[in-house]
Amino acid sequence: MHVPDGFLDAKTAVTTGGLAAGGLAVALRQVNQHLPRSRVPLLGLAAAFIFAAQMLNFPVAGGTSGHLIGGVLTAVLLGPSAAVVVLAAVLIVQCFLFADGGVTALGANIFNMALVGSVAGYAIYRAVFRWKQDLRSRLMGAAFAAWCSTVLAAICCAGELTLSGTVSWRVAFPAMANVHMLIGLGEGLITALVLVAIARARPELLEDDTKLAYAPVAGFGLIIALGLALFVAPFACSWPDGLEKVAGVLGFQHHAAATPVLPAPIPKYALPGIQSAGWATAVAGAIGTVVVFGLAWLLARTLVPKESH
Amino acid sequence: MRLFDHYARTDSPIHRLPAALKLATALLLVLGLVLLRPGGWFAGAALGLVVVAGLSRIPPAFLVGRLLLLEPLVLGVAALALLQPGGLRVFATILTKSTLCLFTMILLANTTPFSEILGVLRRVRFPALLITTLALMYRYLFVLADEAERMQRARQARTFGRTRWAVLATVLGQLFVRSTERAERIYAAMCARGWK
Repeated sequence: MHVPDGFLDAKTAVTTGGLAAGGLAVALRQVNQHLPRSRVPLLGLAAAFIFAAQMLNFPVAGGTSGHLIGGVLTAVLLGPSAAVVVLAAVLIVQCFLFADGGVTALGANIFNMALVGSVAGYAIYRAVFRWKQDLRSRLMGAAFAAWCSTVLAAICCAGELTLSGTVSWRVAFPAMANVHMLIGLGEGLITALVLVAIARARPELLEDDTKLAYAPVAGFGLIIALGLALFVAPFACSWPDGLEKVAGVLGFQHHAAATPVLPAPIPKYALPGIQSAGWATAVAGAIGTVVVFGLAWLLARTLVPKESH
Repeated sequence: MRLFDHYARTDSPIHRLPAALKLATALLLVLGLVLLRPGGWFAGAALGLVVVAGLSRIPPAFLVGRLLLLEPLVLGVAALALLQPGGLRVFATILTKSTLCLFTMILLANTTPFSEILGVLRRVRFPALLITTLALMYRYLFVLADEAERMQRARQARTFGRTRWAVLATVLGQLFVRSTERAERIYAAMCARGWK
């Protein structure tokens, strides 16, 4: 999901850069104020851990393999603000040391994977975890949140590509969302398995006592909402937009210029098969979310048998 | 394990240039490539990059290998553009831009040690906490990657058959536990050396 250089135009690069810088500033401030000094080296080590973990390949059917992304895992282990700093560090090193992910797309990558991937994922995890506070619901929340965060980050990525005029929404959204609904399954499973392994070896590492303060929730919430409004909302709705509707009602639609001033790069409805794919994907996504919630519940029940808690 | 950025520590006229200069040039070039209309100057930039690559005395096979390793990621995203009408031109433009940007960044990474890039970032007042995290991450990246590889090898020596996900996840969990323990030792060592 690392966006390379050349895929985002100036306005998207600047917007995502601004949002990423804002989110990172909130996270750094939060960590500076609340993280004990003794835990500062852990941020660097956790970033190195995520990097090493991404090199470990999990075999998937057909000779392919996948790896961990780690947003929700880090957020569950260290808290959301620390996770943003850790994942941003991973992305910066991948960009400058390995040329993986572009420099001009660094803001977009940090927004998608560090902010949406871990903070939005963590919010979902907390919502499930608040429900019942034991290891089983913790695992279930983490697995479900990992799936959601992978899909959400992919949708944001599709929105950024569309906003840049690189790929049309009707192509980018189904392609990115469908692929990442599958990748997310692996992410959820790995996250739950790693958490259960840590819970067996050092259960105290999982004791999460972060009290969510008002300021970071508001800060992160605002930045993510702003990003979703900019990158996803304009494309998510395939109804005729307000202006077209008004024009139709008032009957001056035929006054519209017959030859457009600028030729549209992608003529409307040029791909009859793909036109409804956005809706099909959205419906599939809604059903998928419910199914994955059930799967996460089953997974947690299998990993934590009744008698052990 | 061989360091990923082995060639960043070799010697050549390019390696001896100040890190700030190389970083600024690379960033400006990438910005230009991304923002400006593709034209004849792209060929000039490509030629310039090849000359720099030659001066840096990094084996061309290594550079091409890195480029080919990263190119599939670019192709994967660029292929989405092919699915739409008129996509071929978009595809070609993106591919050219991305490949030149990739080559620029690969050259930067392999002629400038990461610690020097961090030094430049510190001078331009990057947040201190982020710099500390990046520096520690870079220092222990190879240590943990080695540790993961050793744990993998030890496991392979003891179990037969297919590797199961649960086993791999246990390796990862154990790696995290060891990372936290190492972080505690590092903190003690940092305090002993006068870290505030």
